[in-house]
Amino acid sequence: MTVNNEIKKSFLASVWFMFLTFPIMVIKVNTVSNTVEWRWMNMVGVGVGAFFLSMLWRYLLVKKEMGGKKEKTDKPGLVQRVLGERKFAVPALVVLGIFTLVFPHLFSMYQTNIMISALIYVMLGLGLNIVVGLAGLLDLGYVAFFAVGAYSYALLNLHYGLTFWIALPLGGLLAGCFGLILGYPVLRLRGDYLAIVTLGFGEIIRLVLENWNEFSYGPSGIANIPKPPLFGLDLSLNQKTIYLFYILVALVIFTIFVINRLQDSRIGRAWIALKDDEIACQAMGIDKAKTKLRAFALGATWAGMGGVIFAAKTTFINPASFTIWESVIILCTVVLGGMGSIVGVISGALLLILLPEYLRDFGEFRMITFGTVLVLMMVFRPGGIVENVRKTYTFKR
Amino acid sequence: MDFDYFTQLFLGGLTRGSIYALIALGYTMVYGIIQLINFAHGEIYMIGAFTGLIVSSVLTMMGMPALGVVVMAAMAAVIYSSAYGYTMEKIAYKPLRNAPRLSALISAIGMSLFLQNYVLLAQTSDFLPFPSLIPDFEFWEPYAHMITSPELVILITTFVVMVLLTVLIKFTKIGKAMRATSQDQVMAALLGINVDRIISFTFVVGSATAAIGGILIASHIGQINFYMGFIAGIKAFVAAVLGGIGSIPGAVLGSFVLGWTESFFTGYISSDYEDVFAFIILVVILIFRPAGILGKSETQKV
Repeated sequence: MTVNNEIKKSFLASVWFMFLTFPIMVIKVNTVSNTVEWRWMNMVGVGVGAFFLSMLWRYLLVKKEMGGKKEKTDKPGLVQRVLGERKFAVPALVVLGIFTLVFPHLFSMYQTNIMISALIYVMLGLGLNIVVGLAGLLDLGYVAFFAVGAYSYALLNLHYGLTFWIALPLGGLLAGCFGLILGYPVLRLRGDYLAIVTLGFGEIIRLVLENWNEFSYGPSGIANIPKPPLFGLDLSLNQKTIYLFYILVALVIFTIFVINRLQDSRIGRAWIALKDDEIACQAMGIDKAKTKLRAFALGATWAGMGGVIFAAKTTFINPASFTIWESVIILCTVVLGGMGSIVGVISGALLLILLPEYLRDFGEFRMITFGTVLVLMMVFRPGGIVENVRKTYTFKR
Repeated sequence: MDFDYFTQLFLGGLTRGSIYALIALGYTMVYGIIQLINFAHGEIYMIGAFTGLIVSSVLTMMGMPALGVVVMAAMAAVIYSSAYGYTMEKIAYKPLRNAPRLSALISAIGMSLFLQNYVLLAQTSDFLPFPSLIPDFEFWEPYAHMITSPELVILITTFVVMVLLTVLIKFTKIGKAMRATSQDQVMAALLGINVDRIISFTFVVGSATAAIGGILIASHIGQINFYMGFIAGIKAFVAAVLGGIGSIPGAVLGSFVLGWTESFFTGYISSDYEDVFAFIILVVILIFRPAGILGKSETQKV
């Protein structure tokens, strides 16, 4: 009886989706030559796909509900347990460290370049993790701060000849200032407004960069940005790339260190508390606006530093690199990996950036997959791949 | 400052505003009922426009008279957009009704990304020319230099939709149920209102108005592509916030204010920063009057 019922439900879902996707999937109109192409095969595909997927969907929903009813354990997940154990963690870190050190020598330049972009996203993801994962503020204009960093390096270098090492903290600082300026008026408001305002801010920055030719050289962008120098040594392009890779690895380690320390500090605990219950938090004497502003500005600083490195890596920037979708990808890495979890964000970023690079043929489906991932993760596993489990303190008599 | 130019800009702003209003209504209704910014609402509007284009092209090729094409295309757009809105709610929002707000918002962004790329992959990434479905009326000829007949149709349609919507919410039983649900879901459920159905209904109505907006603007501007929903959706959202989100007259008022400011700004100052301007208004409004022009400011009680 129940099996029959399930089949009936799935059949209805399949019919519904065939109806739903009919005009867009099946009919394709060529408005120039006035011909219509009927793609009936798509309809069959949708029907069959919807039949099985709706079964899977309902099965997973039921399973999730059952799981929710079980006693919620505060036991950390497998990954965290392994990392917590010194026996496993130390050798694993040593192997990882050696692998990172020899990576650029083992693999080709192409691989190293891909790894550099992935590491930039790791950094951005960790920065956004402060804002979204720890403080629970949805920032959809993160790429704006990234752009501020990239442009401040490019312009400062162009006009004043500043080098990478001066531009790196300066870019971070400038982006942080932008974060303060934007955050100050908006953070007093409710969370979902913040999402829209930051989204708007991201677009404003991009449009200004595109239209203000005298300042940013418009859509044609800025070229010939130098890569970081090493004590005035004359490096070949390959060596420069390897050097950049090591710089980035060092910066990622620095980021992990900072965030790890922050999490357990007074500020970090305030962020996490604020995410859970604002009213209780205020009652405990935490300044809501100030705490949020700190998270926002700190996240922006990291985006700014990421931007400086990005400019140094590509040696050419233009406004097209800083669209809203870039923010969405970074958000995706944080959500997929697990909000608030450092290991999660790193694995999320590596997964999301490296996979599409190696599955080039799959390229056009990249964004649609991201969209699906966001929805599915939220519905079935809101904690991400590596779920963050909070520290629990047991009371000992 | 000659007066004719001013009138032109004024009427242009009015048309612009009515289009924003049709989209903003959906935002504001959904927000009013489940406090969710439905990010994918702009995509529903885009799907309405695409369905309208596909249906009208097919019917025109089959040799249907113009009037029939308009009616059929509009109907198809409304039906399909509503169906998409309904399905979207079931898949992406309903399982998250008790989850934190952030989750639902991220899910909505995912939905928006999905729908955009779905149309991109199934149809095309190019701009498609949209036939102008609304003919030039002969009787309107003397006034056509001020406001063209398609613009007139847009204004009238918006007005009619708004009146219908007000009647629906103020004077019908389901409207009463909607208001009850938006005030207190649990209490509404205790009084025998099927809350799930009311929420679905809200999505359907909001999507239908967005589809009407989609068809009208597409035939007015003359081209569509898969990305059109994004910026229109953002602007409509700005309009909804401007008027006070959750309030229906507020959404309409906010849309007209936004339409006029944009129209005058581009007409008298510069058109380069047209889109920037909407965002600046949004930020300024949120700083000085977060509840919007007609919104009630909520005081949080513990």
